[in-house]
Amino acid sequence: MKTLLKNCRIVNHNETKEANILIEDEIIKSITTDEPEADKVIDIGGKTVMPGLIDMHVHFRDPGLEYKEDIESGSEAAVAGGVTTVCPMANTKPVNDNRVTTEFMVKKAMNKGLIDLLPVGAVTKGMKGEELVEMGDMLEAGACAFSDDGLPVLNSDVMRRAMEYAKGFGAMILSHSEDKHLAGGGVINEGEVSTITGLKGIPAETEEIMIARDILISKLTGGHMHICHVSTEGSLKLIKWAKEQGYKVTCEVTPHHFTLSDNELLNYDTNFKMNPPLRTQADVQAMKDGLADGTIDCIATDHAPHHIDEKFQEFDLAPFGITGLQTLIPLTLNLVRSGVITENEMAKLCSYTPAKLLKLDNKGAVAEGMLADLTVIDTELEYTFNKELNRSKGVNSPFMNKPLKGIAVKTIKNGNVVYEYNG
Amino acid sequence: MSFKRKDLIGMKDLTPEEITYLLDTADKFREINERSVKKVPTLKGRTVVNLFFENSTRTRTSFEIAGKRLGADTINFSASASSTAKGETLIDTVRNIESMKTDVFVVRHAYSGSIRFIAENTEASVINAGDGLNEHPTQSLLDMLTIRQHKGDLSGLRVAIIGDITHSRVARSNIWAMKKLGVDLRLFGPGTMLPVNTDPFACHMCSSMEEAVEGADVIMMLRIQRERMGKLLLPSVREYAKFYGLNMKRYNMAAKDAIIMHPGPINRGVELSSEIADYTNSVILPQVENGVAVRMAALYLLGIKKGDNNEDPS
Ligand SMILES: [Zn+2]
Repeated sequence: MKTLLKNCRIVNHNETKEANILIEDEIIKSITTDEPEADKVIDIGGKTVMPGLIDMHVHFRDPGLEYKEDIESGSEAAVAGGVTTVCPMANTKPVNDNRVTTEFMVKKAMNKGLIDLLPVGAVTKGMKGEELVEMGDMLEAGACAFSDDGLPVLNSDVMRRAMEYAKGFGAMILSHSEDKHLAGGGVINEGEVSTITGLKGIPAETEEIMIARDILISKLTGGHMHICHVSTEGSLKLIKWAKEQGYKVTCEVTPHHFTLSDNELLNYDTNFKMNPPLRTQADVQAMKDGLADGTIDCIATDHAPHHIDEKFQEFDLAPFGITGLQTLIPLTLNLVRSGVITENEMAKLCSYTPAKLLKLDNKGAVAEGMLADLTVIDTELEYTFNKELNRSKGVNSPFMNKPLKGIAVKTIKNGNVVYEYNG
Repeated sequence: MSFKRKDLIGMKDLTPEEITYLLDTADKFREINERSVKKVPTLKGRTVVNLFFENSTRTRTSFEIAGKRLGADTINFSASASSTAKGETLIDTVRNIESMKTDVFVVRHAYSGSIRFIAENTEASVINAGDGLNEHPTQSLLDMLTIRQHKGDLSGLRVAIIGDITHSRVARSNIWAMKKLGVDLRLFGPGTMLPVNTDPFACHMCSSMEEAVEGADVIMMLRIQRERMGKLLLPSVREYAKFYGLNMKRYNMAAKDAIIMHPGPINRGVELSSEIADYTNSVILPQVENGVAVRMAALYLLGIKKGDNNEDPS
């Protein structure tokens, strides 16, 4: 089976070119200005083609909390957002802290057949922060990395041993860096807006203290520490320093943290409640600077669906988190339009680097010999993100019913079109 | 001028004119409370539900008396003990009671923003009787009414608010309201009880008791919640009294005839020495009395709906 994608504007991390893409079975056979014979020809019409986006940080709630999201609905939301590979976190019910659960997740996603799902295993059994999981066994079963995300690994010795052990398998630890004691019962960023609203604050230092510790544990062990959802200017300074020292530290930022500030919380809207919380305008600017100067390695959504009833509560009681898969492209394109990053950097942040971090040698670039995972983007399309477009079970997005620009119009996985926008 | 709002959620939202109007209305009710028959039929046939998700006998009683003096049917509903404990959501609880034709809800709740959340999801009028750390507007109104009574116009007065600013909804409401009325506000308290960022308050932050009370026309002492002490906010009551309490020596640094206020209940010997609490210029009991008038004003302005003849309460 040969498929020819005609009139592609290919955007890779290092180049932009106009060409046709010939796919044979599930591999990119050639990239050419010729028109080779094919069983099927699809005219891309000059739209942007990026390597399939890789989201290293999602929550699919499956097993156990399928009413929020399951692997099927999560897969659909992913491809509708142009994402072809996801790494779901381990805070499922039961926790993904064993081979059987990992296998279950991988298999369920394969049955659905839209995306590659690479589970993140928990660092500790039951995410209790005490005993290490069987990392080797879980890696064999398809796990890609380890994290107790949702919770920090509070005990520094446990984190040290986890890093040492994971390093032996060449795996990285994804750190949800949060000093729970300092966070107290906080629900939003501590600052002007918490003063105005009377909502309890979470200081920036809650995150920075743990990042500082995690950096030093990386130094101690030589292991690869990837810091999840960085949200403060101070965090980025620490990470920049760690990189200058040559420690194996990388980090990600979410689209909401480079887009929104805590000013949004003045109305007590629980769709803006997330952890880490939205920070100040200065922090938002710092995220943009960090993306522009390369301190931030990649963009991940921290897609966190919740049921509508759970968000329709007193602010203090509503859960943290918002959905993100389907707003990744428009929000990142906003950075391109405003000159913060280039399109090539977008391909790098959303696909090339995540592939490198996850050691996926056949992904992350539109190139001969690579897997034919492709995202076709209409960068100019303006639309309203609404319930009809939304594929997640969660509607807890601050961008719901808001105008957006730029969208995945076709998502191709293993050479097959798995999603098509028809709005 | 009239009060057009459906709800009274916070002083933060009100214009100076609305605040003054509320105070003027309360003044008229204060006169009614001086009469031997302290009752008017203004809200006859109206149903006011005191919906308290957090205990407060004082505030609830004050609202209850206010409602009864206006002729309303006032019903007390302590929610923590019943429905929410059974797993019912906040809004379901509110809508259930609303369906029994409630006109006004007086609500207290432990979470900031929750009264606003209720107001957005009910047709009934909602009065905030305290939400989390956020606001306690009727307490602020009674404080201002008391100040007006003793000091006249608030504009230009120097008011010191001392104590647990961070965790005090009374302080917050007063800060928002008094700034709008032109008060020169000074705030002081232990570091553990001051917000990290006080810029939005736009108040003078003091570094000692002496600085705070010097030249003050009004000294407002906040209540220390002893139950919080285990949570690292204070090393001891003894030390609090020493550095943050009001005694006669400190009082004497204030302006002549400065009044002393406290939202109650007092911890004698902690926020205030007994000689201060019982001093002639202490207006703590008049504050309580004014609480009824202010709550009558709030219930009256929200309880009277369109189409009713909005006659003057006097
Ligand atoms: Zn996290």
